[in-house]
Amino acid sequence: MKKGSRQPKRRTVAADRSADSLRLDGNAAAGLLSEIFAPDLTAGLAKCAGCGTTRAVGALHVYSHGMGMVVRCPGCDGVVLRVARTPTRLWLDARGAVSIVISAGN
Amino acid sequence: MTARVAATRIEWRLATVLDVVPETPGTRTLLLDVPGWPGHRAGQHVDVRLTADDGYQAERSYSIASPPEDEKLALTVERLVDGEVSPYLTEELHPGDKFELRGPIGGYFVWDLPSGGPLFLVGGGSGIVPLMAMIRHRDSSLAAGDPDARKKLPTRLLYSSRAWDEVIYRDELAALTAKDPTLEVVHTLTRNPPAGWTGFHRRIDRAMLAEVGWPASDTPRVFVCGPTPLVEVVASTLVDLGHQPALVKTERFGPTGGPT
Repeated sequence: MKKGSRQPKRRTVAADRSADSLRLDGNAAAGLLSEIFAPDLTAGLAKCAGCGTTRAVGALHVYSHGMGMVVRCPGCDGVVLRVARTPTRLWLDARGAVSIVISAGN
Repeated sequence: MTARVAATRIEWRLATVLDVVPETPGTRTLLLDVPGWPGHRAGQHVDVRLTADDGYQAERSYSIASPPEDEKLALTVERLVDGEVSPYLTEELHPGDKFELRGPIGGYFVWDLPSGGPLFLVGGGSGIVPLMAMIRHRDSSLAAGDPDARKKLPTRLLYSSRAWDEVIYRDELAALTAKDPTLEVVHTLTRNPPAGWTGFHRRIDRAMLAEVGWPASDTPRVFVCGPTPLVEVVASTLVDLGHQPALVKTERFGPTGGPT
């Protein structure tokens, strides 16, 4: 690669974009979660602490921000997971998940 | 039994561009050599990381377009006008250039042969990319001389594009359907249909999904990928038509990236 050509252009704050158009699926959190957990978590089943429903993590709603991601339950909009990344730390808040069950041994 | 990629930690790797293939005026396919690539499943994505000279980093996710059977890893990238990463990937990369990626990522929006069918794929714009990996995987892993295997996995793709020249993989889709009667592709064009166009000319709606898709009683595996508004309308309409929510898997991509 040519030195100096690798210049991501900084984005201005897209404040006019509605939250709805920024909503992604749990799939979008898979890369960040892989920095914390070795097995893929998005195929696992998460039980929401807010409404008690169980869904695949990949089917939850993800709102991505500069510092990290907020993962919400599509049923009750409660926060299931929060992941933030700082230059030196990864920070996971999973109190919105009663449990996350993944298949083992494959 | 489902073949799975081993749960080893995903690492950043240096990919080398082998070729850049124009698909439409706004999209390019990057054919990559990724040393140590552990293999992937159809529907998975990679994260791409670019680093500026001052250390500023931008990360975006891109769906893998190639089937697991291909030797080269293919990403099809749409250029976003205000994008931080996609203009570089689509306009400045040349064979021999290198960039960082990690993957394969995601175990939810994936389809393998044992997942079964019928398969109903609904895509909007560059949302076709992970669906194309599934179509290619189905095609390359089912023996051409075994029509019974194909009949057990009948597949329909409903693909929404703005205009005919923006239909990604147009010729390849036509060639695949010409040789395989168990694969059907239905296009809808939302803006500028060519003269004489007799196909759908509107956004995907309930009537179109009911006409093109398999009935819910056939329990098709459904994968929907595209811009967030399209995905949400399609997924909720399909559930309304009686499809089981757990069989309707979605991958939204928002304006800041996310799998495309």
